[in-house]
Amino acid sequence: MSLPKILTAHTHLPGIETFDVYRKNGGYAAVEKAIKTMTPDEVVEEVKKSGVRGRGGAGFPMGMKWSFLAKPEGVPRYLVCNADESEPGTFKDHWLMKTIPHLLIEGMIVSSYALGANASYIYVRGELMYVVRILEKAIAEAKAAGFLGKNILGSGYDLELYVQPGGGAYICGEETALLESLEGKRGNPRNKPPFPAVKGLYQCPTVVNNVESISTTSWIVNNGGDAYAAIGIGRSTGTKLISASGHLKKPGVYEIPLGLPVQEFIYSDEWCGGIRDGHHLKAVVAGGSSVPILPAAMLLKTAAGEDRLMSYESLADGGFATGTMMGSGGFIAMDETTCIVRNTWNFSRFYHHESCGQCSPCREGTGWMEKVLHRIEHGHGSMHDIDLLVDVAKKIEGNTICPLGDAAAWPIASAIRHFRDEFEWHITNPQEATRPGAVFKGHMELV
Amino acid sequence: MKVTIDNITIEVEPGTTILQAARKIGPEVAPPAMCYYEPLKASGGKCRACLVKVTAGSEKDPRPMPKLVPSCITQVQDGMIVENTVNEQVLETRKGIVEFLLLNHPLDCPICDQAGECHLQDFSFQHGVQQTRYEEERRTFEKQDLGPNIQLHMTRCILCYRCVFTADQITGKRVHGVLNRGDHAEISTYIEKAIDNDFSGNVIDVCPVGALTDKTYRFKNRVWFTKPVDAHCDCEKCSGKVTLWYRGDEVIRVTARKNQWGEVLDFICNTCRFERKNTADWTIEGPTKVARHSVISANKYGANKIVPEFARRLAASQYKDVHEARDTSQLNIKQLPEERFKALIPPAGESAVAGIRSIQNWAEDK
Ligand SMILES: Cc1cc2nc3c(=O)[nH]c(=O)nc-3n(C[C@H](O)[C@H](O)[C@H](O)COP(=O)(O)O)c2cc1C
Ligand code: SF4
Ligand code: SF4
Ligand code: SF4
Ligand code: FES
Repeated sequence: MSLPKILTAHTHLPGIETFDVYRKNGGYAAVEKAIKTMTPDEVVEEVKKSGVRGRGGAGFPMGMKWSFLAKPEGVPRYLVCNADESEPGTFKDHWLMKTIPHLLIEGMIVSSYALGANASYIYVRGELMYVVRILEKAIAEAKAAGFLGKNILGSGYDLELYVQPGGGAYICGEETALLESLEGKRGNPRNKPPFPAVKGLYQCPTVVNNVESISTTSWIVNNGGDAYAAIGIGRSTGTKLISASGHLKKPGVYEIPLGLPVQEFIYSDEWCGGIRDGHHLKAVVAGGSSVPILPAAMLLKTAAGEDRLMSYESLADGGFATGTMMGSGGFIAMDETTCIVRNTWNFSRFYHHESCGQCSPCREGTGWMEKVLHRIEHGHGSMHDIDLLVDVAKKIEGNTICPLGDAAAWPIASAIRHFRDEFEWHITNPQEATRPGAVFKGHMELV
Repeated sequence: MKVTIDNITIEVEPGTTILQAARKIGPEVAPPAMCYYEPLKASGGKCRACLVKVTAGSEKDPRPMPKLVPSCITQVQDGMIVENTVNEQVLETRKGIVEFLLLNHPLDCPICDQAGECHLQDFSFQHGVQQTRYEEERRTFEKQDLGPNIQLHMTRCILCYRCVFTADQITGKRVHGVLNRGDHAEISTYIEKAIDNDFSGNVIDVCPVGALTDKTYRFKNRVWFTKPVDAHCDCEKCSGKVTLWYRGDEVIRVTARKNQWGEVLDFICNTCRFERKNTADWTIEGPTKVARHSVISANKYGANKIVPEFARRLAASQYKDVHEARDTSQLNIKQLPEERFKALIPPAGESAVAGIRSIQNWAEDK
């Protein structure tokens, strides 16, 4: 069976980052087709039919988000591309933009046309200045060829595209914090409602979408929403980029058809090629650091004993008791040399560092959990610390302005849920547990 | 439109928030607010003290809302049903919020100028638990002077952003904001630039805690030993409507007037606040009406004006015969001899003995 390639069909071609090579391989055909033969609403309709879901983490259907965009008379609308990608374990947008920048630019043009935006923005993670330059070059090339600027392809449609580097804050990937930052303010998430679709950038209706989401739109315009929906499984249509990292033989960015069995993704030579020699899979964080961690066995099979698939529904099967989430597709595999306590502490450091500090549960709770985990990891924990962590995580979850609070709570709650004996071992055997490289060799089921 | 809060239904204008509707019903059902401040646009939504449960979204869509919502920024819908004081989850979460807010808080009330009129004290006292589970070191900051009259003690700040909004909305040119992130975020005037503006002093009044204090009043007195009096003057810069705080015959502090919820009614200028400290500068209107739960009301003018229930409890908690070493918190009010009780209520205009300790006793007995 030939694998569907929507985003990576041409990424192997030398010179694909240039306009000429991209154009020769069918690039910008979607702009021509959309602008010359389709109305904006027809483009929206195709995206709706495709069923493509937001690839930034939440998985909200893109066509539905677009149709919620308010369209009051005389008020500009904006499209903003979220290229802030800072979630630990996720590096697909970075790879896509540097490898084939015109795919994003073309998608931005098609999407802006569909939404009636005349100015659109790409907000790039601050650490990726070289990607900013790559995108700016691509924009200049597209503009020179008449695909951007005034009166695109003689249609009367105008579009300016701007690239804005962020300051390197994870929180600016949260869509409303991103908008604040884009407006030149401190990147604090806004309270919702109002949602960006009603009051977004400069208080105007705005759509925020992920790099990968926007990059799919050219293919959808060229091939039709139905063709896209034919790939994948159930409500998880199309393909997804997975950032595979950790103790895999072949880490990297993969475009998988949604519905691929997890087992196959990890062990098949076509994909990650299995766990590094002589080692066994212990645990996986399947969708970026924010999603619940799962023990290997629980990841490969659902509670009902079925093969787990790489899809939004299957990964979430069993709720948080036995399931996890697709998230942004940051797939981190950990073998038996990994200390779950240390890993959990490490994640908690990240969220403590990145909390914007606006709301009390997240501002204070992330620091608290980090300190308690530090204590346990360094051999000074006590048994009630475990329940304390569970309780603090519970008091943060759902009570904050933005989902960063949840994202900080879930990894900790899930690590304790599934690896409690490992935490207990750290507490009861502090001397052994704090020896360099020491790892709990308890009853964990390795695969 | 109709909204029901804790089983009490009330009619409100469209656009009213749950918190405003609850305040309309009365303090018994009004959620606590540590960041929301009605006079300041865009305030609220941050502290999460006011989270409530919406058990029915509206008449049209009676589904409950999945998460607790911040009542200060959530508008009511027709037929909405809200639970505040009657909901376990809300109260449990609120305990958590108190714990979070106190986590890095120094609790140096005995040397804090805000003590007695501190919203964090009230909040933790009413909604918190007595012990902390926090064993780690607290984060601290150096004190900073924001110009000659205002001191910032960042260690006590709860990042409610009220002062930032004040600087933004009242004082015109902003030189005041938040630096850094997370629990290391701090209020600052950029590069310690002094706030130099006629209305900058208002940040002191809006601050719910002792993070921003009046240097001209610093350590002068405890608030419950001072007498608040409403007064006004002809001011060319502001309304001139203030509260004067007296110690004996001396004006030791001038603040804006506040409503029942501790919100400033009219922002005042720095001249009124920091420079007009003689009775001769003012036309006196009379004693300030103080909310009865406040320790300030345990003060000067006629304790007999205080609601009888409170007076009795106060008296009971204070009542202690020097020869008797009994636990007054267990004291039953009915056991008090009538004449002893009367003797504790001073004639109008005279002082009663009161302090933090007695108030807490009173509350424990409650
Ligand atoms: C703390 C936080 C960080 C986020 N970071 C990103 C990010 O780096 N990139 C991204 O596309 N979405 C990120 N999101 C999700 C966005 O808020 C938003 O849902 C997304 O950009 C919408 O695009 P999509 O519908 O195409 O996925 C983040 C969310 C949160 C709460
Ligand atoms: S949850 Fe955390 S990151 Fe999000 S707004 Fe609150 S403090 Fe900021
Ligand atoms: S701010 Fe309030 S709680 Fe904090 S030390 Fe001062 S009086 Fe006490
Ligand atoms: S200094 Fe006071 S008013 Fe300003 S944010 Fe801190 S607590 Fe709020
Ligand atoms: S008062 Fe509502 S969140 Fe602070």
